[in-house]
Amino acid sequence: MKVTLYLIALVLIVGFGYWVGRRRAFAVSGGRPAHLHSLPGYHGMFVALWCGLPGVLLAAIWFFVEPHVAEYVLVQNLPAEQLEQEADRLALLIVDVKNIAAGYNVFREVTPELEAAAAAYNRVFEIGRAVMLVVALCASIAGLAIGRRLISPDLRARNRVERVMTVVMIVASTIAIMTTLGIVLSLLFEAMRFFGRVPFFDFLFGLKWNPQTAIREGQVAAEGSFGAVPLFAGTLLITLIAMLVAVPVGLFSAIYLSDYAPKRIRATVKPLLEILAGVPTVVYGFFAALTVAPFVRDAVAAFGLEASSESALAAGAVMGIMIIPFVSSLSDDVMNAVPQSLRDGAYAMGATQSETIKQVVFPAALPGIVGAILLAISRAIGETMIVVMAAGLAANLSANPLEAVTTVTVQIVALLTGDQEFDSAKTLAAFALGITLFAATLCLNVVALHIVRKYREKYE
Amino acid sequence: MSEMAQTAEEATVRRPDLSNARLRKRYAAERRFRLYGLLAVLAAVGMLAVLLGSIVLNGYSAFLQTHIALDVHMDETVIMAEGDTPEAMADANYRALVFKAIERRFPSVRDMGEQRELHRLVSGGAPRAIKDMVLDNPALVGTTQTVWVKADDEIDMLHKGYVDRTLPENRRLVNDRTLGWYDSLREADLIELQFNTTFFTGTDSREPEQAGILGAAVGSFLTLFVTLLLSFPVAVLAAIYLEEFAPKNRLTDLIEVNINNLAAVPSIVFGLLGLAVIINFFGFPRSSPLVGGIVLALMTLPTIIISARSALKAVPPSVREAALGIGASRIQTVTHHVLPLALPGVLTGTIIGMAQALGETAPLLMVGMVAFVVAVPSGFTDASTVLPVQIFLWSDSPERAFVEKTSAAIMVLLAFLITMNAVAVFLRKRFERRW
Repeated sequence: MKVTLYLIALVLIVGFGYWVGRRRAFAVSGGRPAHLHSLPGYHGMFVALWCGLPGVLLAAIWFFVEPHVAEYVLVQNLPAEQLEQEADRLALLIVDVKNIAAGYNVFREVTPELEAAAAAYNRVFEIGRAVMLVVALCASIAGLAIGRRLISPDLRARNRVERVMTVVMIVASTIAIMTTLGIVLSLLFEAMRFFGRVPFFDFLFGLKWNPQTAIREGQVAAEGSFGAVPLFAGTLLITLIAMLVAVPVGLFSAIYLSDYAPKRIRATVKPLLEILAGVPTVVYGFFAALTVAPFVRDAVAAFGLEASSESALAAGAVMGIMIIPFVSSLSDDVMNAVPQSLRDGAYAMGATQSETIKQVVFPAALPGIVGAILLAISRAIGETMIVVMAAGLAANLSANPLEAVTTVTVQIVALLTGDQEFDSAKTLAAFALGITLFAATLCLNVVALHIVRKYREKYE
Repeated sequence: MSEMAQTAEEATVRRPDLSNARLRKRYAAERRFRLYGLLAVLAAVGMLAVLLGSIVLNGYSAFLQTHIALDVHMDETVIMAEGDTPEAMADANYRALVFKAIERRFPSVRDMGEQRELHRLVSGGAPRAIKDMVLDNPALVGTTQTVWVKADDEIDMLHKGYVDRTLPENRRLVNDRTLGWYDSLREADLIELQFNTTFFTGTDSREPEQAGILGAAVGSFLTLFVTLLLSFPVAVLAAIYLEEFAPKNRLTDLIEVNINNLAAVPSIVFGLLGLAVIINFFGFPRSSPLVGGIVLALMTLPTIIISARSALKAVPPSVREAALGIGASRIQTVTHHVLPLALPGVLTGTIIGMAQALGETAPLLMVGMVAFVVAVPSGFTDASTVLPVQIFLWSDSPERAFVEKTSAAIMVLLAFLITMNAVAVFLRKRFERRW
């Protein structure tokens, strides 16, 4: 509510600043705007920027420090004897107080001290936020006054506004880098904490995955084992099945569409294949679990075999369907990039169309096709919803496509969607899996994109 | 004459009939290869057809809901038990009215346990419907009204023909007794399919017949709004900088490679980023459209940047040169001339990015948007869920009736996606310029 009010006030002030700046520019030009260095509109924008930037920066900074200030105040308000416990238990207490502040029930006796701390915590959000927003608005108004004073016929308003715009553009283009950095750092940080509890090599080469750890101290429960090999094996098995479906179908459709199909068929089939790429993965997951898995089970039963209802085959096959359009559209691109002169040469030697494709176009396009397939593999490894819904949770180390296997992504979801403490080895394991996934797909992507790019340059 | 015959003979000696056989073989190979291609295309299109067909076949019936006609006596002594103010009437025991109405319909059922089974013919939401009716029109009190109330989901399944009557009783969803009641209702024409408005106006519920998608749809809308607000300006600014202003150096090369790679990072990794940084480090509220929107914005950013760049690249240099030639600054050139010309392409890319975000599930599971949310979210910080996550949650539910609800929700989601893509195609067709 306060934030909405602030935003409305900010928009009004900025708009007013623009108007003031323009008017002022006309005034200082003595009625001859041609004497100004910049168009009056730029003077308006100049003042508007003075209004907007300082206030918005202040407010933004506050929003990022606000939770930390609030937590500091909360800790200060806790009774002294509570502070002298282990860091873990203290963290738990702080979470509980926050829940009290939010009005939830907690499994703890709510003493007046805790209530006071919770109230102090809430006060930071109420009073602190209101004060900061007023300060930010004051800064905007002060900016307006400063900006207005600076206006003179010689003010290089356009250059200044453009400089700000350039800076904003540079900041925007570094956000992509920041995102990558954020991913790497956050995953690495959490994964490091995990490897502090579970040795790195046990994770990478361990053969047993059973992430059940004791929830309370002294509870009789398995230590939990975090050997990720069954997950890697399961991921590879499902990816392999997906590729067995996607590569032949995708490649042959690309060949047919680019070299054989009449224009009309091409114009209808290409968008249809793109629909396959646009269908949300959760829909594929539902399709796999509801339609394909029972079908696989029945079909296999007809041969006297038994398939699990969460077989790798069903999940892999549906994932393959999802990936067909990636393979086909990328291979279509690279095969179209093969110069016509190579084809003409082959035809001139008397080769049939299929011989031309098999012996000239395909080998010439091979690097690009390999790149496309690598991209598709990376897509399959990182795919989540299909396997969450259609593959199992059981970490079997098996190469039998009729058995249930689990994948890295399934385990990440399973580990993080339950209600549990953020610091347990179980949740941290998800980040270790996450960084493994990120590293694997990143390598594949870098190699694939490099190949595709190199290849494109070759024929340009 | 004889010479010619001789050369022809020599030719056949050197290359006997072999060439024809080989040619036939090559042509056969050609036809086979072509056939493989055709089969592959047919397979791909066939899979699409099976996918969509199975969704529609499973889901179309969810738009209808079985209703049962009950003669409900609006008993004064029950409704006015606590007084005749609207508040007191709202607190009255409407369940009793509904139960009595069913019992009157089947007077022969006397056993308590059987009566309880009988009560389960109608939905748990029926008393609420009666209450709303009475509160809307207090004149009804004391009369007897024929009311069409929702049937329970099991009766609904039975009526839609999803229950196999030939199965033995213990393996069937509905037992013999209930089957008998259902048949007698059906013979009396007291049970029929009506349009299921609850599916569009309701929120998530444990009872399939009361579950609707409004909450998830609003959540999706709020989330996408945040995504659009963040990713569109940032992506356009970044694309303009990289395409029009950036010097060619190692840093911009790095940014470029980085953007291409980011587009191929698995979406679940963005969810982990959201959990670790946005929720745990910056303390943003879990499960909220705000956090979901930020995560999806980071995810769609590369897609929009890439398409915006190619749209900018398609604007011919002559436009820029002309603008610069008459004294425009570089930024004026871009904002006044290049960007407006590239805008249809940029918007197309944005819509496609938004469609991708609308269908995304995995990263939202990571930031806690899987909660069971009954209220329609009213702000960006309320706990909420989105359409794909709702589909995921329903697909996990054991009740048979949720299968059709899930499929129907998928149909709604696909309808949104198709609309968005159609708009994108329209924009491209209508405004794209060939230079």
